[in-house]
Amino acid sequence: MITLLTLLPFVGGLFVLLVGRNRALARLVAMLFGVGALLITCFFWWGFDPQFPGMQYEVLHPWVPSLGMAYHVGVDGLGILMLALSALVVVISLAASWANENHDRLYFALVLFLECGLFGTFTALNFVHWFIYWELSLIPAFFLVRLWGGPNRARASMLFFLYTMVGSIALLLAFLAIFLATGQFDFVQLAQLGQSGQLTTALAQNLHWSGNPQHLALLVFWGAFLGFAVKTPVVPFHTWLPRTYSEASSETTMLLTGAMSKMGVYGFLRILLPIFPHQMQQEMKPLLWMAVATIVLPAFAAWVQKDLKRTFAYSSINHLGYCVLAVCAVASFTGTTAEAAIEKSAALTGVLLQIFSHGLTAAALFWFIALLERRSGGLRGIDEFGGLRRVMPVFSGLMGIAIFASLGLPGLNGFPGEFLIFKGVFALAPWAASISVLGLLMTAVFLLTVIQKVFSGPVNPRWEAMPDLTTAERWVFLPIIGLMFVIGLYPQLITGMVHVTVAQWAAGVRF
Amino acid sequence: MLAWTIYLSFAGALVARLCPSKALARAVALLTALAGLGISLVTLRRWIPGELVTVANIPWIPQLGLSFHLAADGISLTLLLLTGIAATAGILFSWNIEHRTQEFFAFYLVLIAGVYGVFLSFDLFLLFVFYEIAIIPKYFLIAIWGSVGRGAKNANPGSQREYAAMKLALYSFAGSALVLAGMAATWAASGGHSLSFEFLAQYPFSSHFQFWAFPLVFVGFAVLAGMWPFHTWAPTGHAAAPTAASMLLAGVVMKLGAYGCLRVAMMLFPRGLDPWGFHVLGIGSWRDVFAVLAVIGIVYGATVALVQRDFKFVIGYSSVSHMGFVLLGLMTLTQIGLDGAVLQMFSHGVIAGLLFAVVGRMVYDRTHTRELGELGPLRLAHVIPFAAVTFILAAMASIGLPGFSGFVAEFQVLIGTWHTFPGLILFAGIGILIGIAFTWRALTKAFYVEGPPAEHPHPLPPITIPEKLGSFLLLASTLIVGLYPRILIDLILPALNSPLFDGLRKGAWR
Repeated sequence: MITLLTLLPFVGGLFVLLVGRNRALARLVAMLFGVGALLITCFFWWGFDPQFPGMQYEVLHPWVPSLGMAYHVGVDGLGILMLALSALVVVISLAASWANENHDRLYFALVLFLECGLFGTFTALNFVHWFIYWELSLIPAFFLVRLWGGPNRARASMLFFLYTMVGSIALLLAFLAIFLATGQFDFVQLAQLGQSGQLTTALAQNLHWSGNPQHLALLVFWGAFLGFAVKTPVVPFHTWLPRTYSEASSETTMLLTGAMSKMGVYGFLRILLPIFPHQMQQEMKPLLWMAVATIVLPAFAAWVQKDLKRTFAYSSINHLGYCVLAVCAVASFTGTTAEAAIEKSAALTGVLLQIFSHGLTAAALFWFIALLERRSGGLRGIDEFGGLRRVMPVFSGLMGIAIFASLGLPGLNGFPGEFLIFKGVFALAPWAASISVLGLLMTAVFLLTVIQKVFSGPVNPRWEAMPDLTTAERWVFLPIIGLMFVIGLYPQLITGMVHVTVAQWAAGVRF
Repeated sequence: MLAWTIYLSFAGALVARLCPSKALARAVALLTALAGLGISLVTLRRWIPGELVTVANIPWIPQLGLSFHLAADGISLTLLLLTGIAATAGILFSWNIEHRTQEFFAFYLVLIAGVYGVFLSFDLFLLFVFYEIAIIPKYFLIAIWGSVGRGAKNANPGSQREYAAMKLALYSFAGSALVLAGMAATWAASGGHSLSFEFLAQYPFSSHFQFWAFPLVFVGFAVLAGMWPFHTWAPTGHAAAPTAASMLLAGVVMKLGAYGCLRVAMMLFPRGLDPWGFHVLGIGSWRDVFAVLAVIGIVYGATVALVQRDFKFVIGYSSVSHMGFVLLGLMTLTQIGLDGAVLQMFSHGVIAGLLFAVVGRMVYDRTHTRELGELGPLRLAHVIPFAAVTFILAAMASIGLPGFSGFVAEFQVLIGTWHTFPGLILFAGIGILIGIAFTWRALTKAFYVEGPPAEHPHPLPPITIPEKLGSFLLLASTLIVGLYPRILIDLILPALNSPLFDGLRKGAWR
């Protein structure tokens, strides 16, 4: 079943390439496949049993037994949420590309290939099989940036590619050591070994490590960490991101920030937290500091940006920083009391909510920027607009809602996630949470600055004739903004799906 | 039946030479290569894992104990398959050769016959004979049909080709001389009864003899495998050769060297890998020495490829880097590392073939330049998109992205390295990263450069059908092995566990 879902966008991509040079047809076919994938995901969502602990829709076939390779897919609460998010973001991005004349059939095909990589990454439960999708999703992403980006796209795409590859190679080497030690590539099995502490001893034994076995395990942990830290990104491995996000066309950035950056957070939750709990706990100081830096520094950086896209690129780092903070805080706390389990559950539920809501909000925000760029002929400086509220009230109103969602206003989708994260982290790592509040504050400052400079103030005479959202655009934005309110007011929609998974994590991460 | 791969190739060479028309010679060559591939595939279907098929065993010079002994185990069969694929693809990519066509294909098929012979020989002397047979046609293929870069010191194309051809021949012969010396010593040390592998693998050579015979023979073969610092023939030779010959040189001939390292040096003199008992700079055995050289080759080859301006030299140095993984895998002395090394031989053969096909045939034969700086403005991604897409896929395979054969191979070599040389793993990782950088640099510089398109004096001819067929053949091979590596792993692993490798397994094997 899941195989079918993963293959669907791939087939769709090939199909799009086949339909010829007719752009209208290509985008229609791509949209049909995108919506099809979204419908199948909804079907999965509907058939998902939130009370069932463990993987659902599981498929396991041996592949190359001598190398521990198996075709093992399945979803738990995390997986299903990621599937839904990627399917949704792809459809939104395709809708945003609908009117962008530069995006030809190759663009649409690459988007669908990327979707295939995302689905594969979020469902695979065997490292080798997972790594195939992890790496191959990078290729369409590279070409999406390389071929349809801004003037400095060559440099940006290369930076993006190489940076991610550095992380991937480190991750690969770490997992090869793990395989050598345990003969296992299966995430579920490895998690058991990791939590019982056998992984550390096995590593030292099988690699003929003469030094302290803890050190080797830490080395392997940092290797795996690097892979996800680059992808998420975590400060100081984030430098590729602002350049890539701002050079890529906005529709591509929607995919990168909405879905692809979640691959990193997913890795934290699926791999680092279950397999390396002891290592994460040992290294909690640097990890928490990095997480705090990921929250605070980009928030300041976003404040001084002059380019809307760069502002929101930094804001993306900041938002994913909350997720990293929560994961690290959960791993750092050693208590086994019932209260601790509650706080951990809160923090982890917050992470999942934050993943979903950031994906949705960021995709929407970059779409608004895409629309603004198209209307202004490519301009997107913060200071180049002003008073748009009066010129295009609907646009300003809807984008305002999205910005407030990003800011974490109660009632909108950003709030429940951030609230739960802070609730959990305050109990688990109070100092880290206190410093991170600074990031929360700065987020409010720079987002309000954007609103003030772009929407209010005197009307810039150049844009007096700028058209507001068309009727079609209004209808497309309606469900997106609606979903923001739904999640904000009824987060149970998501927490209900994931609470068993989260409870398991919270119980499993004990020391 | 496998012996017919050799006989047919020799016969095909003769017939191709005598063909009255060029078209006929091409057809003969293609049929011969296809027949060889077909024979290997049929054998693969009937293969029982772990078996050693004796194809022929006829006394040759009984007084000296030499016999015409052909046999194949899983490792030989893997490389026979590679030869069949590379040979067929090479002929498809040299469809456009108009200059002395019949002779070209005759030399080409003699080279193929020699390669088949090496992979099938189970007698050291016979292996050596075939090894030498393969050197001669290489010289002529490069000297007569070679291609010429612009960056070379010497402007005279003829002398540039001859320089490369002569360099390659001299390096090959130097390596052969070492092997010959090792062979003579082996013959004397084993009593002069036989040079059959089955006999020699069981013969208890003294540790002292193995201590110096191993490096002698290993280096002799490793020259042809492009081991640093004896690699310099490889980039010049690859770059100067005509496309089909580059494909064969990188794809198959370098494997002759690696195969010799495994089949002769390591299989016959396993004690040569034992620790010396003392350490110099942390190096305590020949195994450490060659592992370090292999890693230097990986990093050095990749670094040099990163700064090349000539497209073909980029690929040439990449071969040095990728062959480093083969040697590293061999030196890990673990089952998984050796398995990875043999798989990497296959994988690199296919991928390097594809890369050279794009650079030499699709790009150079149309644009007549190999300079990256001149190719960019031609906007090749728009003019010949097929070449660009093929190169992207080949580049993905070459940098070891999962799903392609290179991943499964390098991945096993790296596991072996973690096991045996954890200190070298970081350098191997850096080598892979530089590999990614130079491949992606070449890709973007050659195909995706911004700016106004340069006027090309004549419109580029479209991609022909033989080129497409050849590309599909190679891409399919790397993808099939990448997605279902058991096809080859089930051949290689039982062979490594056969009695022939008993001596090796008694060492630090896991």
